[in-house]
Order: sequence, then C-alpha cells, then structure tokens
Amino acid sequence: MVYSYFPGCTLKNKAKDLDAYGRRSAEALGFTLEEIPEWQCCGGVYPMNKDEIAVRLSSVRALAYAKDHDQELITMCSACHNVIKQVNNDMAHDEYISEHANNYMKSEGVEYHGETKVVHYLEVLRDEIGYDKVKEAVRNPLKGKKIGAYYGCLLLRPSDVMAMDNAENPSIIEDLIKAMGADPIVYAQRNECCGGYLTLEDKAIPEKRVKTILQNAKEQGAEMVITACPLCYYNLKKHAEGTGVEVKYFTEVLADALGVKEEN
Amino acid sequence: MASNYDVTKEEIEEIAGVNPLRCMRCGRCSAACPSFDNMKYHPHQFVAMVENGEIDALMESESSIYKCMSCMACIERCPRQVQPARLIEAVRLAVVRKQGQNHLTPDDIPALLDPDLPQQALVSAYRKFTK
Ligand code: SF4
Ligand code: SF4
Ligand code: SF4
Ligand code: SF4
Repeated sequence: MVYSYFPGCTLKNKAKDLDAYGRRSAEALGFTLEEIPEWQCCGGVYPMNKDEIAVRLSSVRALAYAKDHDQELITMCSACHNVIKQVNNDMAHDEYISEHANNYMKSEGVEYHGETKVVHYLEVLRDEIGYDKVKEAVRNPLKGKKIGAYYGCLLLRPSDVMAMDNAENPSIIEDLIKAMGADPIVYAQRNECCGGYLTLEDKAIPEKRVKTILQNAKEQGAEMVITACPLCYYNLKKHAEGTGVEVKYFTEVLADALGVKEEN
Repeated sequence: MASNYDVTKEEIEEIAGVNPLRCMRCGRCSAACPSFDNMKYHPHQFVAMVENGEIDALMESESSIYKCMSCMACIERCPRQVQPARLIEAVRLAVVRKQGQNHLTPDDIPALLDPDLPQQALVSAYRKFTK
C-alpha cells in the first residue's frame, strides 16, 4: 500500500531521524510513504475559528493532492494529523469554510470537499498491517521493558472528529507496545496536556506539567514513555532529567524492535 | 453593552461557532483544564462572561487568553458540547487582530529559542499569538 505522506516541518528538520525510522519501519512492514511534493507547513495548531480560511489552505492542498492520486493521506506527527484531519472535516461538513476555501482554490484548479481519508501512522499499523503482523516482524523484542504511552492532546481530541480511539481510555499505543514485546504501563496523565507551545514564552508551565506527567508514569512503573508528537517529545525530554524516565519518539522504538534502526 | 474595542458578543459567538446558552455551568471544563491555575478567568467563567457580554474584560485578561494551551480537554469533557476553547480562541484572535496588539513579535523570538526547540513550537505559538 502506498500513502501520500505529509511529513510536516518538524520531522523534516529537528526530528529527521524520527522521519527516517518511520519510513524504514514502514518498508519493513510492507507499506510505503510517498512524500507529497511541495507540501507546506500546516500551521501546527488547528484554527478553531470559522473565519480563518487562509491558514487552512495548506492542509486543503495536501488533501487535494492525495485525492488526485487516489491515496490516503498519512502523517507521523500528532499535530499535523490533528490539523489536517480537522480541516478535512470542515471541508466535508462546514458549508461556510468549504465554500470560502474552494473559492480561494479555484485559481489553482482545485475543488475539494473532504474526500480524502486521513490516517495516522499508528492507525495504519493497527488497522491495515495489524498488530499481529507487527509482532511477527519484530526482530529485537523489547522484553520486559516497561513503557508508558504518552498521548497528549492532539491524537485523540476532539474525539468526534479524530475518531482514532477512546479519548479517555485509549489503547492504540499500548497495543503497539505489546506487539513490540514490551509491557505497556497505563497511567492517568497519559492524555493530559504537556503545556504545548506555551514553552516558548513560559517554561515554568510545561515544566510543572511534565513533572506531574512523568512522576505519574514512574509511580506506575514506567522506565520509558513514547510519544507521536514532536512538541510533546521536546517538552517531556526537556524536563525529564532527574525523573529516571526515558523519553522516545514511537518510530525510534519501533525501528529498533524491527531491527531497521541502522541504515543498511 | 458599550465596548472599548468594538467587539460584540455576537461576533465572538459567530466566529467561534459557539452558543454559550447551552452551558449548564457544571464546571467540568474548568475541572479538566490543565492551565486552570494560570488563568484569571477559568473556562466555565469565560463562557458565562461571553454570554453576559463582558468581552472587554476578557480581551484585557492576558492570562485568560494566552495561558490556554489549546489542549481541547474542555471541549472533550463538556457534556453539552459548548467548546469553551473556541470562545477563548475567538477572543484571542479579536485581540491580536487589533493593530499593534500582537502578543509575540519577530523581535521577541531570538531570546526565546533553544537549539532543540521543534519548528512546531514556533509555528504554533506564532499562530496563536499573532495575526
Ligand atoms: S504540525 Fe508541526 S510539524 Fe506538522 S507541519 Fe504542522 S507545524 Fe509543521
Ligand atoms: S501534549 Fe503538549 S505538545 Fe502534545 S499535543 Fe498536547 S499540548 Fe501539544
Ligand atoms: S483548551 Fe485551554 S481552556 Fe480548554 S482545557 Fe485546555 S488549556 Fe484549558
Ligand atoms: S463543561 Fe460545558 S456545560 Fe459545563 S460549565 Fe463548562 S462549558 Fe458549561
């Protein structure tokens, strides 16, 4: 299966390895990420207001590209996924937004009404490949490793649009952890916010949030937490010192388990 | 109600796509809010103040509009689908759309950077704090 891949600016820059691990793991599992040419940054946060049309257009262009190529659109970054999937929902269901965005897009010869299916990498693993197959492909099982999933906000909320998993009691990452041979650790803070972009102007807020999150994970026995969001990753890592909990991107741990972490 | 900023509650409700009358004041949104301690007006109060037309006070409350993390917990956990964060975003946008009111300017950025910071933090903050 070939997907239209929207890497996002973070995975293209600061998080290049995480992109490479994800691509190599995909190949090992039998699917291909075909990068959308000339994709543009999605803006990082979904514009909640109706009258913000221009900032939705980068998502619409990527979605329309995938539609033209008869492919589903895949992302590895929770934030890109959240923005693009919510914009897709607007294009399908919000007449005001859809009409205004399509007016802009006319000059580019694009008409789009939410036809593309938007999937996160984790959903492809669960729903297309299947965790049984992932388990079979594991070469270095992470035996006995105690790993907590950190969902943060953007993968799951708002659940009526994201529809990935139960927003208050998710299992998509825990089930991946199991498939990789490790023990998933469930802890209450796994879907509570890390402080997000406030990190830019006020480090104290994310610091406090992250201490609460990681302490909670540790109390439940986690040695490591994994995330699918580069900003969660940054905030967690920044303030993980002294907690004894390791922080990793999910694609790194996956590539490790599949034995494709080193390029060969 | 007269406004110092010419922003009416109807405009806020319209661009947010939110009807605050749906709120039953249960406080679940504020209980869910991870930034509760940082904000002067908490999500349930924010909703009530929009309903009462107290838009100026909200526009002047920096902590209430800039310490929201857009985590959507209040949206997810509201039993009445009120979506408080959308009202906060609408008020924030009304403020940054006023000329010279950008909360963050390009001159502010260099001092805030550190080498590991992901682009996502920058573009997100930029989207939230400027027009
Ligand atoms: S969410 Fe992030 S990383 Fe993804 S494109 Fe948008 S801003 Fe860039
Ligand atoms: S947890 Fe933090 S970075 Fe991650 S999605 Fe929430 S705010 Fe964003
Ligand atoms: S979106 Fe803002 S107001 Fe709502 S719970 Fe999160 S931080 Fe609080
Ligand atoms: S959770 Fe919803 S109904 Fe309850 S106070 Fe908040 S906005 Fe109102």
